[in-house]
Amino acid sequence: MLKDVSFGQYYPVDSFVHRMDPRLKLVFLIAYIVAIFLAKNFYGLGACLLVLVLAVAFSRVPVRKVLRSMKGILFLVVFTAVINLFFYRGEEILFSWKFITISKEGIIFSIFLVLRLFLLVMCSSLLTYTTTPVALTDGLESLLTPLKWIKFPVHELALIMSIALRFIPILMDETERIMNAQKARGANFESGGLIKRAKAIIPVLIPLLLSAFRRAEELGDAMDARCYMGSKNRTKYKKLKFGWRDLIGFLLVAALITGVVLLRVYLGATI
Amino acid sequence: MKAIEFRAVDFSYDNGGFAIKKLNFSVEEGEFVAVLGHNGSGKSTLARLCNGLLEADGGEIEIFSMPVSEKKNLYEIRKNVGIVFQNPDNQTVASIVEDDIAFGAENIGLSREEIGERISFALKAVGMEEFRHSTCTRLSGGQKQRIAIAGVLAIRPKIMILDESTAMLDPRGRKEVMDVVTRLNKEEGITVLLITHFMEEALRADRAVVMNRGEIVMQGTPQSIFARHEELETYNLSLPRIGYICNRLRDGGIPVHDTLDEEQLAEEIAQCVLRQSI
Repeated sequence: MLKDVSFGQYYPVDSFVHRMDPRLKLVFLIAYIVAIFLAKNFYGLGACLLVLVLAVAFSRVPVRKVLRSMKGILFLVVFTAVINLFFYRGEEILFSWKFITISKEGIIFSIFLVLRLFLLVMCSSLLTYTTTPVALTDGLESLLTPLKWIKFPVHELALIMSIALRFIPILMDETERIMNAQKARGANFESGGLIKRAKAIIPVLIPLLLSAFRRAEELGDAMDARCYMGSKNRTKYKKLKFGWRDLIGFLLVAALITGVVLLRVYLGATI
Repeated sequence: MKAIEFRAVDFSYDNGGFAIKKLNFSVEEGEFVAVLGHNGSGKSTLARLCNGLLEADGGEIEIFSMPVSEKKNLYEIRKNVGIVFQNPDNQTVASIVEDDIAFGAENIGLSREEIGERISFALKAVGMEEFRHSTCTRLSGGQKQRIAIAGVLAIRPKIMILDESTAMLDPRGRKEVMDVVTRLNKEEGITVLLITHFMEEALRADRAVVMNRGEIVMQGTPQSIFARHEELETYNLSLPRIGYICNRLRDGGIPVHDTLDEEQLAEEIAQCVLRQSI
């Protein structure tokens, strides 16, 4: 079950999207999310979907893998959709029972919401599939450089993030191991009410936390031993460079935002 | 020249009890020294004292005549002393092999081209060139530990300390790592301090040192130490099976020499058998 959370996992192939500049990919992601929320009708979302399909196609990441990133938040998506379906106050009521009403607008809104969340998660996970954590944090560090002026520890923050990303799969494995060990001793994580289940998690969390601290200490020693002295006097092996791929990406994202806005102006808003 | 020198070094952890007591110990440049000891014998403390991760309470530690106690030497000393730790997962900083090896080289402020060259050199030295762009988590234990060695090598240290670096590996991974270390010592002339509780590994060293309760209790060539197996047992160290086979053979009247080398033993037995059949 824990293996399904594929967030933060790099998929190592060489592709158009992989070779794009991580800084721009980050900017594109933000622009894309803006586009998703600017889209107020299905044509706009369709345009967003088209761009996503293009991006996935050129990333050479298997579609199945990208889709799998949805699994982790499936419950959240279904939950919000259902809540909105039942409680959205629309004009055209199709069904009504006690405090639950289902309206035409509610249905449309729910579908919209699901599609938006779907696109949002897909494009975010595509970013982590095609960008190594180091490139990602390098990109972020570079984008946040202006903050160094106000003495904000940009380098340290970027390093913290890349280490956090690196340890996700390791801690996942560890959680699974501890859970199995507890199961072998008769722990039960699957049955009982919410409170009982939450209580069953505590014997997993404590060893996990302890081991995380131990790992942190060892990693700190290993970093010290490898001459880490903070950002002072430090060089970077990977230099970020803009290329023609980034220009194409830029044009595509710019076209998307313009398209979404135009579609909204000329075809009206559905929600 | 002495690569590592300890003079009357004392160290104790905060929770009391001496981890190291009045320790005198030195390693020559280019030497391969194995430090053997049971858990809690102070052998890992020794490694951490060498590059200032731990500070000695008393005595003097010098790396190439630079005192570790002086803060201004620390950076230079850490460039010269690389440590490979026990758990490979807890010493890789980056997710991609190449990025992780670059970490140390970036820290000492090398140029881009130089770092690239050092990554190639380090990967070649541990025989893992084809894994340059792989994800660390997908490698086997032995491979991960070889990457950790490469990460240390990229700084080009003169001394390499392996602090129980093979303890978490399977026999195959252990052999991979030990082969790399032996080659680095013989071909690159790197001084190696191997801290371990696997007796077989110590056999590759020029000199073996046995520690017990923070003190050095035995010292000599690995063979001479293994010959004193009864004494070893009092320090909770036991010979590998082949050592016992030698002893049993001798007790049974077959005159073989003390060895941990299987082929040599096989040869000696074969000769005995030949002599008796004539």
